[in-house]
Amino acid sequence: MLKYIVRRVLAAIPVLFGLSIIVFSFIHLLPGDPAVALLGQHATPDRVAKIREDLGLDHPLYVQYLAYLGKLLQGDLGKSVINNRPVVGEFAVRFPGTVELTIAALVFAVGLGIPLGRLGARHVQGFRDGLVTVISLVGISIPIFVLGLTLQFFLSVQLKWLPTSGRIDPRLDFEAVTNFMLVDTLLAGRWDWFVDAVKHLILPAIALGSIPLAIITRITRAAVLDVTNEDYVRTARAKGLNEHRVDDRHIMRNAWLPVTTVIGLQVGGLLAGAVITESVFSWNGVGKYVVEAIKDHDYFVVQSMILIFAFIFLVVNLVVDVGYAFLNPRIRYS
Amino acid sequence: MTTAAATVPRAEARVSSGLWRDALRRLLRNRPALLGLFLIGVFVTVAVLAPVIAPADPLARFTWNPPSGPPPGPAANHLFGLDRQGHDEFSRVIFGARISLFVGVISVIMGLAMGGVVGAIAGAAGGRIDNVLMRVVDVLLAVPGILLAIGIVAWLDRGLVQIMLAVAATNAPIFARLLRGSLLAIRESDYVLAARALGASGPRLLFRHMIPNALTPMIVAATLALATAIIDVAGLGFLGLGPPDPRTAEWGTMLTDSTVALRSAPHLIFFPGVAIIISAIGFNLLGDGLRESLDPRLKR
Repeated sequence: MLKYIVRRVLAAIPVLFGLSIIVFSFIHLLPGDPAVALLGQHATPDRVAKIREDLGLDHPLYVQYLAYLGKLLQGDLGKSVINNRPVVGEFAVRFPGTVELTIAALVFAVGLGIPLGRLGARHVQGFRDGLVTVISLVGISIPIFVLGLTLQFFLSVQLKWLPTSGRIDPRLDFEAVTNFMLVDTLLAGRWDWFVDAVKHLILPAIALGSIPLAIITRITRAAVLDVTNEDYVRTARAKGLNEHRVDDRHIMRNAWLPVTTVIGLQVGGLLAGAVITESVFSWNGVGKYVVEAIKDHDYFVVQSMILIFAFIFLVVNLVVDVGYAFLNPRIRYS
Repeated sequence: MTTAAATVPRAEARVSSGLWRDALRRLLRNRPALLGLFLIGVFVTVAVLAPVIAPADPLARFTWNPPSGPPPGPAANHLFGLDRQGHDEFSRVIFGARISLFVGVISVIMGLAMGGVVGAIAGAAGGRIDNVLMRVVDVLLAVPGILLAIGIVAWLDRGLVQIMLAVAATNAPIFARLLRGSLLAIRESDYVLAARALGASGPRLLFRHMIPNALTPMIVAATLALATAIIDVAGLGFLGLGPPDPRTAEWGTMLTDSTVALRSAPHLIFFPGVAIIISAIGFNLLGDGLRESLDPRLKR
């Protein structure tokens, strides 16, 4: 097992290395003088000179790259050109928001997707199966921003059940400790604040979770159908086990493997989707941060955030794969 | 295939008549796929005939009363109402189909071309070349889809060509990996071994024996990628990275515009939103239908 983990970590290193080259070129291949392009409308002769010096633009490209890599390895991801704040700090404050949203979306997708998939498989070709198929088709075809705006219109504007945007009522005055709203409100010992945070979380989680929901529903349905046709399921039924037990012990146990794999694969999509979801719901996370940076032409921030996103994605994939190897011994030895 | 059919007298007596014709027959019996084809048909027709169908110029501006109030919703003279600048929403949704279809199709073709070449080289060459190319693919796949597209548009600046390139770049590594995987499996198959034993040259093996057999998953993936491409293009537009001229009738850009008027003019979300969903559903249905009809083993 340890050997497998080490092998996977080593395999991720060249990918990160390649990525750092691409992201480095991102700034240095900007048309014209990179220093001027980076600063855009904030360019003053002083600042251009400063940036030129910081980036070492007078040195050969490989020296610039090595300097960049050196800073990266020290955890220096550069500063925003707009407000001079270091990217690392801004990221640290916002990342919990994205994690909270992503987990909520995944909980929604798994919590609804698996029962829906099982329902479809049990009544295969029937009316309920048709309904399940339509839900998963629409789920995969509806863009996050269309679903998000629609939910906002019906549930927030018309029915006023849930708040339109943000992570919590801005009038609440409480101290951010972890920046996970659900945790911070509980730490403050205020149940009503916690409920408010949950209410803010519902619509973004549904919008972000719609695509994984569709995919998980589909895979669960297919996996359950696959297993249902196995001989051992027929045997289990033939020996008179009740349907409930056959479902739990014989079908689901074996259908879990493909389902868990697919759930793991959703995390990358969720991170990408968070960029759009956070923009729709003014959710203060890293996705909104990237989009704002792009609108401001704050290239340092964009560059570093792409790198961070990819890094997180690789780490998550690694964790998923290791977890999968743990569940399925056949993988470990291949 | 045709010579084989010709040697069998009364070919129509046979049920099977070649992979593609078989697949087509199965596709035409697949109701969801037919619905998909119909939706795509409507989408393409609307896009091609936009100037004929649209009652107004998408850039023409109308006025409403009172001018300080919200833009009016659907009415007899403006079927889908007006947007905040006074453009006829119906005409804009119709013209928006052009951009979605054009940008979507071109970006998928570009992605297929880029990914196809890389995948074919990796799958055919194997060994070290395969290893290097796949690491590059890994790097691109490590950046979550739309973020890669956002990065590219941010880098190359806004514009239709940039959007196409950006969406193509998110698709290309997926196609590359898919084609490479099929080719590696096919390389070991008996018919390739047989062709090689008969003295077929490298390129002939690749183009006549291997690639044709690796095409079906690519066709399915490309069809499904069209749905994603349309959604991604609209997503870029929604994030404000759409066509450089903000007046351009593009579905995603139109939606961004509507967020300000969420309360007063919900029709501005509904119509472009439904247009995107319908075209995406069309390609998803067709893609699934193609998967089932090209690989009959999958059919339940």
